[in-house]
Amino acid sequence: MAKFRKKGGRKVSGLSTASLPDIVFMLLFFFMSVTSMKETDYKVKIKLPAATEVKKLEKKSLVSYIYVGAPLAAFQSKFGTEPRVQLNDKISDLYDIPDYIEAERQSHEEADRPFMTYSLKVDSDAKMGIITDVKQELRKVQALKLNYSTLKVARK
Amino acid sequence: MRQVGDINASSQADIAFLLLIFFLVTTSMDVDQGLLRQLPPPSTEEQPKTEQINERNIFIVLINKDNQLAIEGEQADFNELTDRTIKFLTNPANSENLAEQVKASVKYDELASKPDKKAEAEAMKAVLDNCGDVNITRGVVSLQNDRGTKYETYIQVQNSIVAAFNICRDEFAKEYFGKVYDEISADEQKIVKTVFPLNISEAEPRSVK
Repeated sequence: MAKFRKKGGRKVSGLSTASLPDIVFMLLFFFMSVTSMKETDYKVKIKLPAATEVKKLEKKSLVSYIYVGAPLAAFQSKFGTEPRVQLNDKISDLYDIPDYIEAERQSHEEADRPFMTYSLKVDSDAKMGIITDVKQELRKVQALKLNYSTLKVARK
Repeated sequence: MRQVGDINASSQADIAFLLLIFFLVTTSMDVDQGLLRQLPPPSTEEQPKTEQINERNIFIVLINKDNQLAIEGEQADFNELTDRTIKFLTNPANSENLAEQVKASVKYDELASKPDKKAEAEAMKAVLDNCGDVNITRGVVSLQNDRGTKYETYIQVQNSIVAAFNICRDEFAKEYFGKVYDEISADEQKIVKTVFPLNISEAEPRSVK
């Protein structure tokens, strides 16, 4: 049997990769803990307006979203091009809002319900008419904590 | 005796990598942020008559369907809105047509005489105890918009008005607590909030010419 012969002097041994899984796991756990899956797929176009005086929404689990915007191209044949309301992952009508709010309330504990916030993600190009209608529907069902979702820009 | 060999763990890193990449891709770190606002409760027929507000204490901001701005009935530029609102609220020259200023002690007596305003009276007491007899504004900003107003414009106007309140609060906080509003304690913030309550009223929807 042939023997491997050492060539030349001592070689630098390869970098030990034994700790690589640990490092990767650490990163993995970090991302697992900060991850929040995207709430829903947008079926309407939403380009948020910018504002300077924004506040962060604290309890993310207590926030329900209402999207308003023009339907995306794939849904325009069915829903038209005028801005529509999207609840969960369906393009809905205004009169669906009270049911949606009720369902959102039912999915939270009673003690948490007064702190629920409704975040309006509305496209910049939408008109106030539909927003006013949404607001009126929200008022009807006593959903009064509202957030106009915006991007943050620095104050001039 | 045959020995069971160790499980080969060299693929562990690959599996972990795979998961890592999955979470990297699905992560959305952005937190939702925006302008928080409280809607008024639904209007009912037999609503008790709300207290009458003197006309000088209402700052009317109008946006029409062509996204033009009017302040107190006159067309105005978006850049002036914040400054005009601050001037209206603080009324430094004590002018007749800007918001009325009342002393905290007067406001306290007013609130204390009404049994349903106990919490407000208490908050006013805290102001009196901590900052002395400061001026409290009676100003209310009334925001009206048309159904045809663009959402972007509406947010811009809302933002300018909130900015005015925030600047007023910051200045007050700096004067009495030495720091800006965001850096003072929750109790101190409550005091500043009592002095400058975010009084933005949005009219019942109607069309604006």
